Amino acid sequence: MRRFLVKRLLYCIPVLFGISLLTFLLFRVVGGDPVDRLAGKYARAEQKEQLREQLGFNLPLWPRPELLLAGDLGNFADNQLFHHLFDTFTFRFGRSQQYHRRISAMILSGLVPSLSLTLPAFLLGLFLQTALALLSASRRGSRFDRLLTLACLVGMSFPFLALIIFGQSLLAGRFGWFPILGFPEKFGLGVLTHTALPVLLGLVAGLGGGVRFYRTILIEEAESDYVRTARAKGLKESRVLFGHVLKNAMIPIITRTVVVIPFLFLGSLLLERFFSIPGLGYMLVDAVNSSDWPVINALTFVGAVFYLGAVVLTDVLYALVDPRVSLK
Amino acid sequence: MKRIAVPGRASPPPPAAEPGVWRRLGRSPAARISLAVIVFYLLLAAWGCSGWELPDWRTVNYARAYQGPSPAHPFGTDIHGRDVLAKTVIGARTALTVAFLASVLAVAIGLILGLLAGYLGGAVDGIITWVYSTLESVPYYLLILAFAFVLQDRSINLWGMEFRLEGINAVYLALGLTGWVGLCRLIRGEVIKRREGEYVLAARSLGASPLRVMFRHLAPNVLHVVIVTFTLGFVSYIHAEVVLSFLGLGAKEVPSWGVMIDESKLELARGVWWQLLAASLAIFGISLALHVFGDALRDALDPRTRGTKR
Repeated sequence: MRRFLVKRLLYCIPVLFGISLLTFLLFRVVGGDPVDRLAGKYARAEQKEQLREQLGFNLPLWPRPELLLAGDLGNFADNQLFHHLFDTFTFRFGRSQQYHRRISAMILSGLVPSLSLTLPAFLLGLFLQTALALLSASRRGSRFDRLLTLACLVGMSFPFLALIIFGQSLLAGRFGWFPILGFPEKFGLGVLTHTALPVLLGLVAGLGGGVRFYRTILIEEAESDYVRTARAKGLKESRVLFGHVLKNAMIPIITRTVVVIPFLFLGSLLLERFFSIPGLGYMLVDAVNSSDWPVINALTFVGAVFYLGAVVLTDVLYALVDPRVSLK
Repeated sequence: MKRIAVPGRASPPPPAAEPGVWRRLGRSPAARISLAVIVFYLLLAAWGCSGWELPDWRTVNYARAYQGPSPAHPFGTDIHGRDVLAKTVIGARTALTVAFLASVLAVAIGLILGLLAGYLGGAVDGIITWVYSTLESVPYYLLILAFAFVLQDRSINLWGMEFRLEGINAVYLALGLTGWVGLCRLIRGEVIKRREGEYVLAARSLGASPLRVMFRHLAPNVLHVVIVTFTLGFVSYIHAEVVLSFLGLGAKEVPSWGVMIDESKLELARGVWWQLLAASLAIFGISLALHVFGDALRDALDPRTRGTKR
């Protein structure tokens, strides 16, 4: 088990390296020098130079090999690429251009609001989606099944943005059943009332794709030979469904489920935006609107770290639910 | 080089060209209707507003601002008195252009890299797999936001020519440069499965170059994967364009469904609902049609689901 984990974690290193290289290419090479934009029209030349130095944009982009050959290691390492790689791997993302707060602190404070929105939506969604998919798959071809399949397609095609606006203005604005937006300062019962509507909307939006996915998996399983055998033995339909079909469908279900976990940390971009929930999704949209590139850079890297963690977790879970998979 | 008749030519015809596929597709009424809807959107996007009784979307008339639906303006007018239906039609052009160019870019990159990785293997495969694993590990919306943010308003210099990435140019580049990952992975898998096939061996033993084997012999045989990915990718690009334009990273000077939804956010408070309705209906119609058509296409092309009723 430990050897397996170590091996899986070692696999992550080249990908993490790739991510920091990608963010370097995006925000340092393609994005170019942001100083003119940041300093504004009326900045003096020395102010610009100072800012450039502060952000490290005065250094050369790439390491120069001739310095390495000359043995000048200090100057060889002093370039934007090496600084960027070092900073991202040590999670030093610097400060936000907009708020001058440390980005790592901003990310930490955004986690709780994001999770209090996405975690309930995720758990309720998982439960509802698998339940509906089981119902639908067990009555394949019935009127209920066909209606649900159609409803799923309709749900998948409806634009999420319109759903949010519609839900917010109708359920919160017109009927006043929910608070329109906001998030309590202190973590408490208020969180529940303020996240109820966004959770509901997230649930509705995710339902179509989820049910359709699980239904396909369950039907594929339900057509295999061992299920026919189980039925032939005279097992009750519920036993066949939960004891056999669901158990064997666990692998694809886990694959889909665990991989969305990183999205939970990052929150929901649009929901947080509309409901003014100060999570990471809100932070991202805010950073995009005010060209706060260090924040986008940091969130890209952190998002990838969460994702890789989830992938390792998936592999461990495979071994737990499926005796055929062993952790080597 | 003299062209020799390579037996690969007579190899099993690519699945897309099988006579049964179109017949099977045509038998399903859902596929026929959804295809008709898609063609309708394409014509609308190509035709625009000229030639029929629709005012130009640029016609500003403040005396007619925020008018409800009427025979003259079936979906009312916006804050500047512009016709909402005309904006929706031009929005279709924006969305379909972005989705089409992004799909073409993504399919080209995904197909070429997938073929190279699957067929050549070794270090090439290692590097390509590394690149797509990297891109894949950034959550999708975060990735396209980062790309669109960096590319927006950037000028690039290609062989002495200056290109300015404004509005939707940055959007389809961002979507295309990030969207190839899934297809590349699928193609790589398919090619690895097929590269020892008899027709590949035959072509190779007749002296066909690796490039010829890849693009003349292997590519047609993985075309069904490309077609299905293209159709279903199209929907996600339309939705992505809407979200990016909504966030201000997309269309600027042309109407876009995303911008329309952004505007309707404030209009709704004063009871102006028609712009939201028009944009939502437009997105809904094309997505539903593409989803249904994609499903039908997959059923017709994929031999595994053939014969089984879904």
